[in-house]
Amino acid sequence: MTAVLFFLFAGIALAGSLGVVVARNPVHSAMLLVATLISVAVFFIQQQAPLLATVQIIVYAGAIVVLFLFVIMLLGIDREESLREPIPYQRPAALVLGVIVLAEVLFLAGHHWATGQPADSLHTIKGGASDLGNNVERVARVLFTDFLWPFEITAALLVIAVVGSVLLARRSGQPAERPTDEEVPTS
Amino acid sequence: MTITPTYYLVVAAAIFTIGAVGLLIRRNVIVMFMCVELMLNAVNLTFVSFARELNDVRGQVLVFFTLVVAAAEVAVGLGIIVAIFRRRRGATADDLDLLRDRAA
Repeated sequence: MTAVLFFLFAGIALAGSLGVVVARNPVHSAMLLVATLISVAVFFIQQQAPLLATVQIIVYAGAIVVLFLFVIMLLGIDREESLREPIPYQRPAALVLGVIVLAEVLFLAGHHWATGQPADSLHTIKGGASDLGNNVERVARVLFTDFLWPFEITAALLVIAVVGSVLLARRSGQPAERPTDEEVPTS
Repeated sequence: MTITPTYYLVVAAAIFTIGAVGLLIRRNVIVMFMCVELMLNAVNLTFVSFARELNDVRGQVLVFFTLVVAAAEVAVGLGIIVAIFRRRRGATADDLDLLRDRAA
């Protein structure tokens, strides 16, 4: 059962990510990105990270992709793009570099001097106090003790990102303006 | 057959590579951005796989920070894209060559 689900969603994830790259329409790319993200969420569940799977679907598929779609439709760049390449040697060079990256990552993943020794048991993930029960409790305990300072910094990072994106999206040099009655389209 | 974490690592490596190649060959800035998201997701999957293989929940906690950085990156990045598009219509990544040396 696990194997069947794994291969099914591995196929969806790989096909989706290939589709993101080759789709001409950015809206199709965004939809295929959602397929890949949900497949990765299934992998999270299979790897005993149900909390992260939930967060993945809410934050990524729910918020980030919707933000992408907003920008695509707001800017009207959903027309199809020609896949003609202005620099002739760039695409083969990118493919060669991709093969090199894949080989490197697979090589490193198979060696314990790079990854650390695997644990004996794959069935329960430890961490935090040993008396803790489920995944949410363990993640929360580690997040709010060992990683408390990074956690606070992420709060500052989010505030900075919000302020920065508001400043960027505003017309430069002018205060944020409301559309007057003439500017609002009547139709 | 049992699915070991190595299987997930292989899938994550493949997704990361597809994202990297897509970032190199696409011209549309939005699609390039989505390829960055693909790469981030592949790294998240790697973190979770190693959290299981090394039996350490800190790998899962690090994914949270990746998620936060990804959300901040999307907010700021899309703001930059909107600002660029407001300045020049229909810009692809090749048109953004202000820093290029014209004389060469």
